[in-house]
Amino acid sequence: MSTLNNTAKTYTGTATSRVDGRAKVTGAAKYAGDFNSGGLAYGAVVEATIARGRIVRIDASEALRVPGVLDVITHENRPRVADSDEAWKDDVAPEEGSPFRPLYDDAVKFNQQPIALVLAEEWEIARYAASLVRVDYEKQPFVTDVHRKRDNAIVVAKPDKPRGDVAKAFAAAEVRHEADYFIPTEHHNPMELFASTAMWEAGGPLTVYDKTQGVQNVQGFLCSVFEKKPDEIRVISPYVGGAFGAGLRPQYQVVLAVMGALKLQRSVRLVLTRQQMYGLGYRPATIERLALGAQRNGTLDAITHEAIGITSQFEEFSRNDTGWSALLYASPNARYEHRVAQLDVPTSCDMRAPGAATGVYALESAMDELAVALKMDPVELRLRCYSDRDQNENLPYTSKRLRECYREGAAAFGWDKRQPEPRSMRDGKTLVGWGMASGVWEALQMPVAVRIVMTANGHAEVSCAASDIGTGTYTIMAQVAADSLGLPIENITIRLADSTLPRAPVEGGSWMAASACHAVIATASEVRKELLRLAKLMKTSPLADAVEEDVALSDGKLVSRTQAERGVSISDMMRHGAVERIEREKTNEFAQDNAHARNTHSAVFAEVKVDEELGVIRVTRVVSAVAAGRVLNPKTGRSQVMGAIVGGIGMALHEETIYDHGLGRIVNHDIAEYHVPVNADIHDIEVIFVDEPDTLINPLGMKGLGEIGIVGVAAAVANAVYHATGVRVRDLPITLDKVLTRRQAA
Amino acid sequence: MIPFQYTKANDVTDAVRLIAANGGAKFIAGGTNLLDLMKDNVERPTTLIDISRLPLTSVEETASGGLRIGALVPNADLAWHPLIEKRYPLLASAIMAGASQQLRNMASTGGNLLQRTRCAYFYDTATPCNKRQPGSGCSALNGVSRGHAILGASASCIATHPSDMCVALAALDATVHVTGPTGARVIPFADFHRLPGDTPHVDTNLGPDEIITAIEVPAKGFAANHSYLKIRDRMSYAFALVSVAAALELKDGTIQEARLALGGVAHKPWRDVAAEGALRGRPAEEASFARAADLLLRDARPQAHNGFKVDLARRAIIRTLSQAAHGTPQSQSNKTIQ
Repeated sequence: MSTLNNTAKTYTGTATSRVDGRAKVTGAAKYAGDFNSGGLAYGAVVEATIARGRIVRIDASEALRVPGVLDVITHENRPRVADSDEAWKDDVAPEEGSPFRPLYDDAVKFNQQPIALVLAEEWEIARYAASLVRVDYEKQPFVTDVHRKRDNAIVVAKPDKPRGDVAKAFAAAEVRHEADYFIPTEHHNPMELFASTAMWEAGGPLTVYDKTQGVQNVQGFLCSVFEKKPDEIRVISPYVGGAFGAGLRPQYQVVLAVMGALKLQRSVRLVLTRQQMYGLGYRPATIERLALGAQRNGTLDAITHEAIGITSQFEEFSRNDTGWSALLYASPNARYEHRVAQLDVPTSCDMRAPGAATGVYALESAMDELAVALKMDPVELRLRCYSDRDQNENLPYTSKRLRECYREGAAAFGWDKRQPEPRSMRDGKTLVGWGMASGVWEALQMPVAVRIVMTANGHAEVSCAASDIGTGTYTIMAQVAADSLGLPIENITIRLADSTLPRAPVEGGSWMAASACHAVIATASEVRKELLRLAKLMKTSPLADAVEEDVALSDGKLVSRTQAERGVSISDMMRHGAVERIEREKTNEFAQDNAHARNTHSAVFAEVKVDEELGVIRVTRVVSAVAAGRVLNPKTGRSQVMGAIVGGIGMALHEETIYDHGLGRIVNHDIAEYHVPVNADIHDIEVIFVDEPDTLINPLGMKGLGEIGIVGVAAAVANAVYHATGVRVRDLPITLDKVLTRRQAA
Repeated sequence: MIPFQYTKANDVTDAVRLIAANGGAKFIAGGTNLLDLMKDNVERPTTLIDISRLPLTSVEETASGGLRIGALVPNADLAWHPLIEKRYPLLASAIMAGASQQLRNMASTGGNLLQRTRCAYFYDTATPCNKRQPGSGCSALNGVSRGHAILGASASCIATHPSDMCVALAALDATVHVTGPTGARVIPFADFHRLPGDTPHVDTNLGPDEIITAIEVPAKGFAANHSYLKIRDRMSYAFALVSVAAALELKDGTIQEARLALGGVAHKPWRDVAAEGALRGRPAEEASFARAADLLLRDARPQAHNGFKVDLARRAIIRTLSQAAHGTPQSQSNKTIQ
């Protein structure tokens, strides 16, 4: 007698290549701007060239005279849209404020704001005609620099729960460290441009192909803005070429594409240019002030973390930058404050690990400086402050193997060979620096609905409205479906990102993997129940007396868990029951657990080599040890973390949206001048998944991996640069001129 | 992008005839810079004259021992040409330091000389720029000037020339062969590009109806002692903050002849013969290199955001001359700075 666990092949936990990989590399995968239809018209956006003011006059007459131009839509002649802030609030909109409404009125609220949409028979015609639209403005004073608004930034409600008396503890601390850190505005720069294709059909629904992280968010938003019934607009987004948070909120191009289609009663495609992508949301420039008070033995007495981020004049966007500081480390006294400076720029938005990538950069830089002040090894300091409980909520974790991250990461890196003094390690002409940092992120999970249609030939279609933004959602859902339905992965078809499919939230916050996979399991169990019912209908059924808990699907059969030889094939059951397809849909709800904190953690170790004379910095090695529960797919999971580390290296050394604050305009608004790392900047990256069993968080014991990989990387690199050079650069990115000039100043 | 006419030139004479007959026309070869500028509405040619099929793609030895490089030799082909690799490795190295593989495959030798500045304001038609629109003002002067000139700039323009290849050509004493309606002429490389003065919209001394047919490099290639070092914000696909082309002729550790040109610091590839002269007869050692660097940078005037460039240029000059002296030129495939 064999038990099922010994014989079944499991995809879950096994490195599995992307099920959509072939479609992507062969071009079969269609993105929002790839869809076509007869009579497609093309849009081009005219952007404002001032930071704040009013449109006095828009003259489109010259543009309209260009042969092939169909229409020029402005605030003066646009189709009717809803006029309440509530109607313009999507699922991810900040609670406070009035969402931006493209082409709504004559107000200019930021540079690069869309102010007209040119529609033409050809994309080139539209783009040319857009250059002929003449605009007169009444300019108003503006501010785009956070430093100029630092003193009148407004306090936002979160985060809360200060503990103890920080001022007193800080004053009494044996060792203090206090400093400001700065992260500039960064743009997501996904490879795929934001695009929408609105397919117009007389009498039918409007089908909108959109680049988005949430089709149902966009669908609900469009219905609300254009005052349509739910069945009048359908949004589809089968593939997304990167988004990193830029696609969480509906972007203006989808509003304009729909506006164009409704006005022309024709299908319209609108693809933004790379330059226009800088008129969308961004990671907010943030000033972070850290004050740490410690005892000589390295235990923390006081943590103060204040952040000032930026947002627009019309919406208050912020994320939790500061709460991480006293979540992560044991300290009896802690205080946070988060303020936002309202500037004449678009509303800031989520970008990979929003709040944590920035806040933890500051915290982990400050911890490094504290370690220097204490003459203590940076890993040792973190172990002295280690907390097995969530310090903010005073709760135990479902699992927290950060200690093991430190240990395994340090061992793989060879941290024990580090000489503590800055400028003490060399490789020929270059200074060598080793730095480390901790990372932390949330392990969120949300209700998701999944439909499974199983056919008698042993195939199953698994569908859900969730997006796969390149993270591997298609693949892990196929793995879990294959295992829970007992079918080879080739027999599973995953359908995602169509607003008519079962309910899913936007793909963000690293919650989709756990949420979608458990929904697959929940729905598969409904399918299994139905199969058991069919099995029992059979004469002399080997499962006649089996109960639900006793059976599982394996190798195309419903079998007894304890006696694998007792089983009936799916096709036999369905044929016998005269059932051609079994269709089930179920929403998975996770059990409420208010007694535990749920987080992922990491320890990042970085090596830099800095040319002493020229200041040129290379990140030659990164080891990241991640504790994120059970990893469903080590291959796509490793890719996720590796990509995030590259993003973190970019954050440390390259990324910065550069404003000319005199003009209120971004000056590096293209991929040549907005630097992200290129291959030549990336050297050895090692990802370690620390074994972190978690029996509390969910049945699979899994957490998300989308964001934890970037948290801490910038600090690890910055700390390594300090260790190499003795220069502490507290404003990112760490460019060679900062290292050179500050070394001389020091 | 504006509408334009497209026509093909059959030979050099035809090309010159076509451009003279079409006011507002431009030649297009690889188009790696021109198309970007057209998409951004910076360049607005009425006609594009395609010269990519003209027979200007050979690299030939000249009677005086140099090489004549056809204007349409792709940058990548030039960098990998056996004669260039062997005799003018400084030129090969500078080409490989620029752009990306894909761009080098498309870009032509002549077109590389005619690249326009990458000053952000030049590209952004919403901002004033004297180079784009004479008399409108220079936004960079009071704006973001981190990447801008420290030498030879004017009150009208502080832009830099973006080419790497041209820095090596300046150091190698190349000449530019051009043909116009009145016939052919030869322009010394140092006279080809201009300083901005009060006419920054004119980048070069190429006549309006002239075409570059070839670049000639003289016999002396400094293959033994040379280096091209490019300092930039990332290891590839970024324009130079400062780049240095250095070439030395040594005898028993003494400098017989020196060449020194900089990129990323001025409106043109910046060659300084006085600094070169100061190296002649000196020992090939750091003190000599530092003296030459100080001389080259004696008139450096940084902008608001690029004060660091002066010191960086000094350090880069010393390093590059040292690499050249030791016969250990900077590798462009291994991005480690040596």
